[in-house]
Amino acid sequence: MSPRFVVGDRVRVREAWPPGHLRTPAYIRGKRGIVCQHVGDFGNPETLAYGGDGQPRQPLYRVHFPQASVWPDYRGSAADSLEVEIYQHWLDPDQHWLYPEKGAT
Amino acid sequence: MTRDHGHHDMGGQPAGPVDQAEHLYALWEKRVDALLVLLSDKKRRIIGVDELRRGIESLPADAYERMSYYERWIASITANLVEKGVLDQDEIDARVAGLRVRDEARP
Repeated sequence: MSPRFVVGDRVRVREAWPPGHLRTPAYIRGKRGIVCQHVGDFGNPETLAYGGDGQPRQPLYRVHFPQASVWPDYRGSAADSLEVEIYQHWLDPDQHWLYPEKGAT
Repeated sequence: MTRDHGHHDMGGQPAGPVDQAEHLYALWEKRVDALLVLLSDKKRRIIGVDELRRGIESLPADAYERMSYYERWIASITANLVEKGVLDQDEIDARVAGLRVRDEARP
Protein backbone atom coordinates (compact mmCIF):
# COMPACT_ATOMS: atom_id res chain seq x y z
CA MET A 1 0.00 0.00 0.00
CA SER A 2 1.76 3.18 -1.14
CA PRO A 3 1.56 6.30 1.02
CA ARG A 4 -1.42 8.43 0.07
CA PHE A 5 -0.58 11.43 2.23
CA VAL A 6 2.43 13.67 2.74
CA VAL A 7 3.41 15.85 5.69
CA GLY A 8 1.13 18.88 5.84
CA ASP A 9 -1.92 17.17 4.31
CA ARG A 10 -5.22 17.92 6.01
CA VAL A 11 -7.07 14.76 6.87
CA ARG A 12 -10.24 13.60 8.58
CA VAL A 13 -10.31 10.41 10.63
CA ARG A 14 -12.98 7.96 9.48
CA GLU A 15 -16.02 8.03 11.72
CA ALA A 16 -16.66 4.30 11.70
CA TRP A 17 -17.54 1.87 14.46
CA PRO A 18 -16.68 -1.60 13.17
CA PRO A 19 -16.19 -4.52 15.57
CA GLY A 20 -12.78 -6.08 16.06
CA HIS A 21 -9.29 -5.04 17.12
CA LEU A 22 -8.75 -1.41 16.11
CA ARG A 23 -5.86 0.95 16.82
CA THR A 24 -7.85 4.13 16.14
CA PRO A 25 -9.18 5.39 19.48
CA ALA A 26 -12.90 6.20 19.60
CA TYR A 27 -12.33 9.80 20.74
CA ILE A 28 -10.41 10.74 17.59
CA ARG A 29 -12.84 9.29 14.99
CA GLY A 30 -14.39 11.99 12.83
CA LYS A 31 -11.82 14.63 13.92
CA ARG A 32 -9.78 16.78 11.56
CA GLY A 33 -6.00 17.03 11.75
CA ILE A 34 -2.77 17.57 9.83
CA VAL A 35 -0.30 14.84 8.89
CA CYS A 36 2.99 15.63 10.64
CA GLN A 37 5.00 12.44 10.01
CA HIS A 38 4.93 9.26 7.95
CA VAL A 39 6.18 6.88 10.64
CA GLY A 40 6.63 3.89 8.34
CA ASP A 41 4.66 1.00 6.86
CA PHE A 42 3.48 -1.80 9.15
CA GLY A 43 1.45 -4.99 9.05
CA ASN A 44 -2.25 -4.24 9.51
CA PRO A 45 -3.01 -4.85 13.21
CA GLU A 46 -6.68 -5.45 12.41
CA THR A 47 -5.85 -8.78 10.73
CA LEU A 48 -2.64 -9.57 12.67
CA ALA A 49 -4.80 -9.60 15.82
CA TYR A 50 -6.69 -12.63 14.48
CA GLY A 51 -3.71 -14.63 13.25
CA GLY A 52 -3.74 -13.06 9.76
CA ASP A 53 -0.63 -11.97 7.85
CA GLY A 54 -1.28 -8.21 8.14
CA GLN A 55 -0.94 -7.75 4.37
CA PRO A 56 -1.02 -5.33 2.67
CA ARG A 57 1.16 -3.31 5.01
CA GLN A 58 -0.39 0.02 5.93
CA PRO A 59 1.37 3.37 6.07
CA LEU A 60 1.19 4.76 9.62
CA TYR A 61 1.05 8.52 10.09
CA ARG A 62 1.43 10.78 13.08
CA VAL A 63 -1.46 13.25 12.89
CA HIS A 64 -1.59 16.56 14.73
CA PHE A 65 -4.88 17.80 16.26
CA PRO A 66 -5.56 20.98 18.26
CA GLN A 67 -6.80 19.79 21.68
CA ALA A 68 -9.68 22.29 21.50
CA SER A 69 -10.96 20.57 18.34
CA VAL A 70 -10.92 17.14 19.98
CA TRP A 71 -12.61 17.95 23.30
CA PRO A 72 -15.71 20.16 23.17
CA ASP A 73 -15.18 21.36 26.76
CA TYR A 74 -11.39 21.78 26.57
CA ARG A 75 -10.26 24.47 29.02
CA GLY A 76 -6.48 24.43 28.44
CA SER A 77 -4.47 26.72 26.18
CA ALA A 78 -5.66 27.13 22.59
CA ALA A 79 -2.08 26.26 21.58
CA ASP A 80 -2.29 22.77 23.15
CA SER A 81 -2.17 19.93 20.65
CA LEU A 82 -2.32 16.18 20.47
CA GLU A 83 -0.54 13.78 18.14
CA VAL A 84 -2.08 10.38 17.38
CA GLU A 85 -0.59 7.60 15.25
CA ILE A 86 -3.23 6.50 12.74
CA TYR A 87 -3.11 3.95 9.93
CA GLN A 88 -3.78 5.16 6.39
CA HIS A 89 -7.03 3.24 5.90
CA TRP A 90 -8.54 5.26 8.75
CA LEU A 91 -7.81 8.60 7.06
CA ASP A 92 -9.59 10.52 4.28
CA PRO A 93 -8.53 13.80 2.67
CA ASP A 94 -10.32 16.59 4.55
CA GLN A 95 -12.93 17.51 1.95
CA HIS A 96 -14.10 20.46 4.04
CA TRP A 97 -10.64 21.97 3.78
CA LEU A 98 -10.25 21.18 0.07
CA TYR A 99 -13.77 22.26 -0.93
CA PRO A 100 -15.10 24.52 1.85
CA GLU A 101 -18.11 25.57 -0.25
CA LYS A 102 -19.51 22.06 0.09
CA GLY A 103 -19.69 22.43 3.87
CA ALA A 104 -18.44 20.18 6.61
CA THR A 105 -19.52 16.55 6.53
CA MET B 1 -24.73 5.77 13.89
CA THR B 2 -24.05 3.92 17.12
CA ARG B 3 -20.68 4.73 18.60
CA ASP B 4 -19.97 1.15 19.64
CA HIS B 5 -16.42 0.65 20.76
CA GLY B 6 -14.57 -1.63 23.14
CA HIS B 7 -14.74 -1.16 26.90
CA HIS B 8 -10.93 -0.78 26.93
CA ASP B 9 -11.14 2.18 24.52
CA MET B 10 -11.81 4.70 27.29
CA GLY B 11 -9.70 7.70 26.28
CA GLY B 12 -11.42 10.95 27.22
CA GLN B 13 -13.84 9.48 29.75
CA PRO B 14 -13.83 10.83 33.32
CA ALA B 15 -11.41 8.76 35.39
CA GLY B 16 -10.46 10.75 38.49
CA PRO B 17 -6.85 11.31 39.58
CA VAL B 18 -4.08 9.13 38.20
CA ASP B 19 -1.83 7.27 40.67
CA GLN B 20 1.66 8.23 39.50
CA ALA B 21 3.56 6.42 42.27
CA GLU B 22 6.31 4.04 41.14
CA HIS B 23 5.77 0.45 42.17
CA LEU B 24 7.76 -2.75 42.02
CA TYR B 25 6.68 -5.72 39.97
CA ALA B 26 5.96 -9.02 41.69
CA LEU B 27 7.93 -12.06 40.53
CA TRP B 28 4.87 -13.54 38.78
CA GLU B 29 4.38 -10.29 36.84
CA LYS B 30 7.97 -10.41 35.58
CA ARG B 31 7.40 -14.04 34.59
CA VAL B 32 4.28 -13.15 32.60
CA ASP B 33 6.26 -10.45 30.77
CA ALA B 34 9.11 -12.90 30.08
CA LEU B 35 6.62 -15.51 28.88
CA LEU B 36 5.28 -13.15 26.22
CA VAL B 37 8.81 -12.15 25.14
CA LEU B 38 9.58 -15.83 24.55
CA LEU B 39 6.24 -16.60 22.83
CA SER B 40 6.59 -13.63 20.47
CA ASP B 41 10.29 -13.79 19.63
CA LYS B 42 11.58 -14.32 16.08
CA LYS B 43 12.26 -18.01 16.73
CA ARG B 44 8.76 -18.87 17.95
CA ARG B 45 6.29 -16.20 16.74
CA ILE B 46 3.47 -17.94 18.61
CA ILE B 47 1.66 -14.81 19.89
CA GLY B 48 1.99 -11.36 18.31
CA VAL B 49 1.39 -8.09 20.17
CA ASP B 50 -1.86 -7.50 18.27
CA GLU B 51 -3.13 -10.93 19.27
CA LEU B 52 -2.22 -10.16 22.89
CA ARG B 53 -4.12 -6.87 22.68
CA ARG B 54 -7.13 -8.48 21.01
CA GLY B 55 -7.28 -11.06 23.82
CA ILE B 56 -7.19 -8.29 26.45
CA GLU B 57 -9.87 -6.29 24.64
CA SER B 58 -12.07 -9.39 24.44
CA LEU B 59 -12.32 -9.64 28.23
CA PRO B 60 -15.81 -8.87 29.55
CA ALA B 61 -15.98 -5.33 30.98
CA ASP B 62 -16.28 -6.51 34.61
CA ALA B 63 -13.25 -8.82 34.27
CA TYR B 64 -11.26 -6.05 32.58
CA GLU B 65 -12.02 -3.72 35.51
CA ARG B 66 -11.28 -6.31 38.18
CA MET B 67 -7.98 -7.57 36.76
CA SER B 68 -4.59 -5.94 37.18
CA TYR B 69 -2.42 -5.18 34.15
CA TYR B 70 -0.51 -8.48 34.11
CA GLU B 71 -3.60 -10.47 35.07
CA ARG B 72 -5.09 -9.24 31.77
CA TRP B 73 -1.89 -10.28 29.99
CA ILE B 74 -1.91 -13.82 31.35
CA ALA B 75 -5.64 -14.17 30.62
CA SER B 76 -4.98 -13.19 27.00
CA ILE B 77 -1.85 -15.35 26.69
CA THR B 78 -3.84 -18.31 28.03
CA ALA B 79 -6.76 -17.70 25.64
CA ASN B 80 -4.38 -17.37 22.67
CA LEU B 81 -2.50 -20.59 23.55
CA VAL B 82 -5.76 -22.53 23.91
CA GLU B 83 -7.07 -21.04 20.64
CA LYS B 84 -3.90 -22.11 18.81
CA GLY B 85 -3.97 -25.59 20.33
CA VAL B 86 -0.61 -25.17 22.09
CA LEU B 87 -2.26 -26.01 25.43
CA ASP B 88 -5.73 -27.21 26.22
CA GLN B 89 -7.90 -25.82 28.99
CA ASP B 90 -8.15 -29.15 30.86
CA GLU B 91 -4.36 -29.40 30.90
CA ILE B 92 -4.08 -25.88 32.38
CA ASP B 93 -6.85 -26.51 34.95
CA ALA B 94 -5.22 -29.76 36.09
CA ARG B 95 -1.83 -28.09 36.45
CA VAL B 96 -3.29 -25.17 38.45
CA ALA B 97 -5.18 -27.59 40.71
CA GLY B 98 -1.93 -29.50 41.33
CA LEU B 99 -0.07 -26.28 42.22
CA ARG B 100 -2.87 -25.28 44.63
CA VAL B 101 -2.54 -28.60 46.45
CA ARG B 102 1.24 -28.18 46.63
CA ASP B 103 0.95 -24.60 48.00
CA GLU B 104 -1.65 -25.56 50.58
CA ALA B 105 0.57 -28.39 51.82
CA ARG B 106 3.37 -25.93 52.58
CA PRO B 107 3.82 -25.07 56.27
